[in-house]
Amino acid sequence: MSTSEYMLGNVAIARGIVEGGGRVISGYPGTPSSEIVDRLGAMKERDFYVEWSVNEKVAMEVAAGAAMSGVRSVVTMKHVGLNVAADPLMTLAYMGVKGGMVIIVADDPGCHSSQNEQDSRIYSRFSLMPCLDPSTPQEAKDMIPYAFELSEKFEIPVIFRTTTRISHGKSDIKLGPVNKDRPEANFEKNPSRWVMVPANARVRHPHLLEIQEGIRQELEGSRWNELDLCEDAQIGILGAGVSSVYAKEAIKKLGVKASFLKIGTYPVPAGLVKKLFDRVQKVLVIEEGEQFAEEMCKVIASDMGSNVKICGKSDGLVPKVGELNVDLCKKAISVACGLDTDDTDVPLNTDIELPPRPPAMCPGCSHRSAYYAMKKVFGKDAIYPGDIGCYTLGIQNGTVDTTLCMGGSITVASGIYNSGEKRPICCSIGDSTFFHTGVNGLLNAVYNRSNITVTILDNRITAMTGHQVNPGMGLTVTGEPTVQIDLETVCKGLGAEFVEVVDPYDLEATLDVFKRAKEFEGTSVVIAKQPCVIHARRSGVRRKPFVVDTDKCTGCKQCVKLGCPAIEFDSLAKVSHINQMCTGCGLCYQVCKFGAIREVE
Amino acid sequence: MSDKVSEFDLVISGVGGQGTILASDIIGRSAVLKGLNVRAAETHGMAQRGGSVVNHVRLGCSLGSMIPLHGADCLLALEPAEALRYIDQLGDDGVVIMNTSPVYPVTVTSGGLEYPDVDLIVEFLERDHKVIAFDAVKIATGAGSRLAANVVMVGAASGYLPLEVDTMLDCVKKMVPPKTIDINVKAFEMGRAMVDL
Repeated sequence: MSTSEYMLGNVAIARGIVEGGGRVISGYPGTPSSEIVDRLGAMKERDFYVEWSVNEKVAMEVAAGAAMSGVRSVVTMKHVGLNVAADPLMTLAYMGVKGGMVIIVADDPGCHSSQNEQDSRIYSRFSLMPCLDPSTPQEAKDMIPYAFELSEKFEIPVIFRTTTRISHGKSDIKLGPVNKDRPEANFEKNPSRWVMVPANARVRHPHLLEIQEGIRQELEGSRWNELDLCEDAQIGILGAGVSSVYAKEAIKKLGVKASFLKIGTYPVPAGLVKKLFDRVQKVLVIEEGEQFAEEMCKVIASDMGSNVKICGKSDGLVPKVGELNVDLCKKAISVACGLDTDDTDVPLNTDIELPPRPPAMCPGCSHRSAYYAMKKVFGKDAIYPGDIGCYTLGIQNGTVDTTLCMGGSITVASGIYNSGEKRPICCSIGDSTFFHTGVNGLLNAVYNRSNITVTILDNRITAMTGHQVNPGMGLTVTGEPTVQIDLETVCKGLGAEFVEVVDPYDLEATLDVFKRAKEFEGTSVVIAKQPCVIHARRSGVRRKPFVVDTDKCTGCKQCVKLGCPAIEFDSLAKVSHINQMCTGCGLCYQVCKFGAIREVE
Repeated sequence: MSDKVSEFDLVISGVGGQGTILASDIIGRSAVLKGLNVRAAETHGMAQRGGSVVNHVRLGCSLGSMIPLHGADCLLALEPAEALRYIDQLGDDGVVIMNTSPVYPVTVTSGGLEYPDVDLIVEFLERDHKVIAFDAVKIATGAGSRLAANVVMVGAASGYLPLEVDTMLDCVKKMVPPKTIDINVKAFEMGRAMVDL
């Protein structure tokens, strides 16, 4: 009998939410956080409410409302999502909660799938909410029930910060019991508590400051922090969150004697830190992201009048950017201990040139067709503000000139237009991203009369993060039918006077719509509607693939230039070739001037 | 080695869409059934869309999921260029098990770059390592579907892993789409037969 299950970190976190008795769970998809809500939504039976909200601010407020009503709630998002939700976050710290509330935020050091590598722990210092930082998927799961209790004890939400290697790591997970004993919802009217008018906020701010010492003491004694003093060690190593396991492995590999403090909570456990400082001359702080724990340690050392030397990121021993790993930890520890370093990262001694393999739009992706038509009509000189989703890969097609943040396409387009820029401006945004924060941008563009074209690349799903539902699909996260929000109606409702829907697989029609949108004076909206090719295939859609008639192919490479992974060029025979990845979108067939591409019979 | 924190470290490399995650899942789940601690790291999200992907799987490990450079016991490469790309992960005594059937990146299909000669890649890797190279797509096609190439590769690696073959086959049966069980079992066994131990 096996008591452990092999689980993805995010699935383990979802399990932790179930074990801890979470009652309302909301979130917005974002790598590496998405599988938590995915998992909860896919469960066959559940005694909690779960939703994909339309953005992180909305999700945060939904979870806050539930926690005000006395039940346990969770909100999930990726790190940059917390920026969107920062407004409710900051005041929620004043207001506090009744039911336990956990804010799960997934950081992405190294930008595996993100536009920045911000360190969300800083939000805990900013908001004065406690923060938990797991070192393994098992600990991540175990921390969630604790987080609910901590939140309830101090009536304040808890920030739970995970990272890519926890969320997208897999591990054997020992399951715990499921908490069945949960309070019923009961919203108690209490204006001084729930209405943050200035008179009430002024009272809650000192309250927030007053509970800090209690929170610190509680975290200090928690099992997420662990001090292992080594008798005759001269050096102390402090590892925070996931970095602590890399540091432990590095210590073992190097065979150095060191006292070790593993940290899993913020504020850092000052008592344990002081104990470590009393025993060693030097402390190396190893953490991913900002020098967050390191700075806290420096303040503690200064307060206790300790002469301990604290090193880490501030003196360049630990990198300030990217992910950490065992090799980087070995290097930092070696330098801190005055040992020789062996550089393991030497380039390969070979003449073989390896072509890079960046991610690319899938064969038959409707974004490729939409971008092709867009560029044909607007031209190379036009300005193409872009947004965040699979379609950001349009950078390879020359149709993504800017990418700032979720919803930052339409608004940046408006700004460029209002700067006096005379070239045509055509921005693009996906359906889910439009629902997220694009709606406000379009409203603003129409209201303030931006002369731009807005293309909504409506592939009928939230594709990049792993195919989550969105308001345009008529389904909730649990697969139940709901109202299908019609993009065309929304855009018209926002005041747009030119709104046209077109199938991007139909090249001629798409070119025609873009031409008229470009000529339109004011904000024009083109909705390029065609389901995501991966999702379509999973739903059973099969189109006939295409083939090149080599007798007719002149080798002009127009089809090759589309950048479709299904089209290759045979440089010996000087003809194009369509491989087995073809999904039958027909773009190359429509682009070929020589009639050399035809459907497979 | 006394400083070893993991019983067996495996790096699986390939191209998004080749099924690297299923490959590491079969191995990870088999190890957990055997009672081993497992730590694995996967590529999700942006990097998946036809991009280069790498999974780390550490069997009998209770620390972090990332295998140090030159630390892996085996590099299981589902694609030849991706064998070369991650070779610095492999330890001196490690073995390369690689599929020789290439997947051309867009930088080659439409970007004008050349895909390296697969024989040269194998030759280079053989300079410092034991290399087991074969066309897994051809074998998978023989088993009934080219899509089973990832399971062929898992089968080929099975002899090196500290796991029971029966447990692995049970996991294959549970984890592949029900209609494809027979094909995948055959693919696993054909892959296993490619490696003499």
